[in-house]
Amino acid sequence: MKGIVTVIGKDKVGIIAKVTGLLSGMNLNVEDITQTVMQEFFMMMMLLSLPDDADMKAISEKLDETGRALGVHIRIQHEDIFNAMHRI
Amino acid sequence: MLQKSEIYETVRMIEEQNLDVRTVTLALSLFDCIGSDKKKTAQNVYEKICQKAGRLVETAEAVAATYGIPIVNKRVSVSPVSLIGAASGGYLELAAAMDRAAKAVGIDFIGGYSALLQKGVTAYEAAFLDTLPEALSKTDKVCGSVNVASSKTGINMDAVARMGVIVKELARLTAGADGFGCAKLVIFCNAVEDNPFMAGAFTGPGEGDAVVNVGVSGPGVVLEAIKKHRGAGLDVIAEVIKKTAFKITRVGQLIAAETAGRLGASFGIVDLSLAPTPKVGDSVAHILEEMGVGTVGGVGTTACLAILNDAVKKGGVMASSSVGGLSGAFIPVSEDAGMIDAVRAGALSLDKLEAMTSVCSVGLDMIAVPGDTSAAALSALIADECAIGMINNKTTAVRVIPAPGKGVGDSVTFGGLFGTAPVMAIKDFGAQALIDRGGRIPAPIHSLKN
Repeated sequence: MKGIVTVIGKDKVGIIAKVTGLLSGMNLNVEDITQTVMQEFFMMMMLLSLPDDADMKAISEKLDETGRALGVHIRIQHEDIFNAMHRI
Repeated sequence: MLQKSEIYETVRMIEEQNLDVRTVTLALSLFDCIGSDKKKTAQNVYEKICQKAGRLVETAEAVAATYGIPIVNKRVSVSPVSLIGAASGGYLELAAAMDRAAKAVGIDFIGGYSALLQKGVTAYEAAFLDTLPEALSKTDKVCGSVNVASSKTGINMDAVARMGVIVKELARLTAGADGFGCAKLVIFCNAVEDNPFMAGAFTGPGEGDAVVNVGVSGPGVVLEAIKKHRGAGLDVIAEVIKKTAFKITRVGQLIAAETAGRLGASFGIVDLSLAPTPKVGDSVAHILEEMGVGTVGGVGTTACLAILNDAVKKGGVMASSSVGGLSGAFIPVSEDAGMIDAVRAGALSLDKLEAMTSVCSVGLDMIAVPGDTSAAALSALIADECAIGMINNKTTAVRVIPAPGKGVGDSVTFGGLFGTAPVMAIKDFGAQALIDRGGRIPAPIHSLKN
């Protein structure tokens, strides 16, 4: 399955390094990545490929922990929630 | 390919606008639990709930983590208990078994301590009614409901009279908790059999064995969407609400189907209700005020609520393969920060709330009235609300708390999602003679459709 990671918060050095480091530590592959900074506001979106039986709760908790340390919000969501909302 | 803006829109809805799935409710049929004696029936009920709902909480939490959307409540609804105990009796034992099972599986509430009395009351149903105050006051998780009227049958005024007395008794038994027991009892006209929301959820006799019904929410999302269109025509606002309701409902559909699949249950319905919470930014009242009503309860409120309720349905109905439950905007006073403020400001009265219930789901919900309100006055209030439902072919309900020892100007606080209810004035100029008449109010002429 595909997961979408979003990182939103105040910009600082090392956000991408920390997040991608964490993902590679969990053996999760990033397939696409976009990132912008608007008025010191950091926004990043990553498309991941995940095994179908991935423990989303555990991954989400780890991302949350890293997010708190960095002072940003990090979420991982199955891409189907976005498809459901925005595609008929 | 998904656009960045779409992804951020969804994330903002969840993080900033309180978008959530309000409830995943597993509807269970208990008819196969009926045993030869009351102990056996209660044991079967306990075992079935534990067996079928044992994985409900962990499954809902796993689904919530997968899609990154909070699921606030995990609940179970069961067949009307008045029918399950009809032969073996032991209603209080059944309530205790439901409460124990609900605690064992870790759900928030269990609904279905219910009876369907819209046309008549049998001896076993009369026995069931006698147990209602004790059952709801002595259990923590059990919710009950009684259907006393329908468009097809009219209003059973004997049952209505009885419910006034039961509500008073329930308030007395839970006086130490501001009459909280009454928050767990709903009196219906045209009750729906697949409602996932408490306290009125029960599994209708025509439903399947284990069915997942989901209630979505998102008043904050609707509010933010219409804030972007200040000064626009109401047709534009209706369109904005429709589009927003579509998106919200699609999430509900996804979560319902996924949870049902993982539990090995069937997918039932998505209930398109906009359910508020006392949290800031999660209020239906604030949507009506953003539409242009100064304070909810003032003139214009009913018109705005009619637009909201209709647009939510129109947007939601295409987003789900099966829509059901109550589906509309909820206006529970104690559970909506804007409603509470409006009552305190003197803008929102019981009379206006009654008018509002004629254009939205569901009814006079979570309303506190003075503790010395008579049982007859409560019954008359229930009869008025049933009349609106019966004539307009819609569900109406009354969940009223005669707050023990409290008067107008006081408040009762229940905490959590139940919130705080300011005690409202009720116009009681004597209704005892009406309630003493009893009998049945005949069904309206338009019920004869065959």
